[in-house]
Amino acid sequence: MAGSAGPEQSLGPRLLVRLGSILFCVAMWQLASSQRLNLGILTFRNVPPPTEVAQSLLQLMHSPKLYAHLVSSLWRVFAGYGAAALSGIVLGFAIGRSRAASDLLLPPLELLRPIPAVAWIPLSILMFPSSELSMIFITFVGALFPIVLNTVHGVANVDQRLTASARSLGGTRAAILLEIVLPGAAPSIVTGLAIGMGTSWFCLVTAEMISGQFGIGYYTWEAYTLQNYADIVVGMLLIGLFGMGSSWLLTTLGRLLMPWRRPTMMR
Amino acid sequence: MTAPGSGRIEVSDVSISLGRGADTFEAVRELEFSVAPGELVCILGPSGCGKSTLLGALAGHLGISKGKLTVDGEQVSGPSPDRGIVFQQHTLFPWKKVRDNVAFGPKMRGVDKAVRQRAADDILRLVGLAGFESFYPSQLSGGMQQRVEIARVLINQPRVLLMDEPFGALDAQTRAMMHEVLLDIWTRIPTTTVFVTHDIDEALFLADRVIMMSARPGQIIEDIRLPFGRPRHIELVTDMEFVRLKRHFLDLLKKPDRALHCRA
Repeated sequence: MAGSAGPEQSLGPRLLVRLGSILFCVAMWQLASSQRLNLGILTFRNVPPPTEVAQSLLQLMHSPKLYAHLVSSLWRVFAGYGAAALSGIVLGFAIGRSRAASDLLLPPLELLRPIPAVAWIPLSILMFPSSELSMIFITFVGALFPIVLNTVHGVANVDQRLTASARSLGGTRAAILLEIVLPGAAPSIVTGLAIGMGTSWFCLVTAEMISGQFGIGYYTWEAYTLQNYADIVVGMLLIGLFGMGSSWLLTTLGRLLMPWRRPTMMR
Repeated sequence: MTAPGSGRIEVSDVSISLGRGADTFEAVRELEFSVAPGELVCILGPSGCGKSTLLGALAGHLGISKGKLTVDGEQVSGPSPDRGIVFQQHTLFPWKKVRDNVAFGPKMRGVDKAVRQRAADDILRLVGLAGFESFYPSQLSGGMQQRVEIARVLINQPRVLLMDEPFGALDAQTRAMMHEVLLDIWTRIPTTTVFVTHDIDEALFLADRVIMMSARPGQIIEDIRLPFGRPRHIELVTDMEFVRLKRHFLDLLKKPDRALHCRA
């Protein structure tokens, strides 16, 4: 942007500072756990140092367990989040475009919305025949509301002048929905998808800790019960890594799908 | 598509009410005029006089509460590509490239992709935008965006072209240039045009005929056929007759009741 003068000139040193900051944190962690630092309310006595965590990570990467855990977690996110994305966008379109659909669908959704997805875990274990399905359901619930609400917001806020112009140019109902409302609401939908991705990972990890047999959340909890403390941190790091990866995937997808929003002004 | 000589607009005894319930007010009252095929009429009036409301009704976006509104004898009932409308700004589809914005109308008619893109490129050349077909609207200047708007409407070969202060958001120089561009296009594709503005100079420079409306509820207080020939150039604005008419409209803007007495 115009305000920040000469960003390329200061980027090198700033990058060094940022990297240094991370290294400093890791070093402090190493120091605290190797010295078994005890601050009274907070103790590092059982916290594994980064070196041990790195060793455990290497071990896990060489065992077939990692693959099995990751595949089950990714499949659950794919299924639950995918179902939420699909139904969320469809519901959002219906509610945003039609008053009847809004009157019919919005009240129950608004009633269910304040219940955190994690609170659904006990009931969903009772509702579904397998724990696999119940975990997918929790992932679905976590992602659904942000996607629905952001889609509704996007659809309802598409510029009226654009739809009026499209109708004046002979646009049919279907064409206006597909060519005007959908791209007009796209930025908002992508925001909903990104928020939903975060919550669905969060919900998945929680659900796996409670009822999983595989999965990265289960792995982390299992490490705690088996007292493999280094593995706890490995699990945490993997969860963070995959959460980051999936939101990167979404922002990239959004950028590819909405080329008109790239700030490449020619004039 | 359009038969020669078509594009006659008849506005008879038209009133339009806006708002709901207790907030209802009459935006325009008992308008009565007609526009001949191929004529360029400017509707002039202070802001809030209902001139845009009238245009919205002609486009079919607003219903009328009284009277009759016809184009070539057909009652206006809803929007149609036969009555193209150009707004002030920001109604190009931001996610479509310039070519696809212009080709939207033909696409809705089911015209083959290659054919409609060629037609779009042709009309873009006519409005002076050859070379910008693959740009997104946000990459164009305001004046260029309005050229795309005009091209996007004209590709449908409408019976009437409705323009709602289309150059209102442009700077003075660009606006003057756009006036010449519009007249040039209008000469090449003669289309009945209703052009709404609050700018007296703009109306006098463009129109065959200027209709002036009073403040709300909008009523017609003046209807003058301009004596200027065509093609018109920027020097026209210093012409004696131009200045005299400008003073006349300025007076009307200040004391609108005088005109009613004159006409009575």
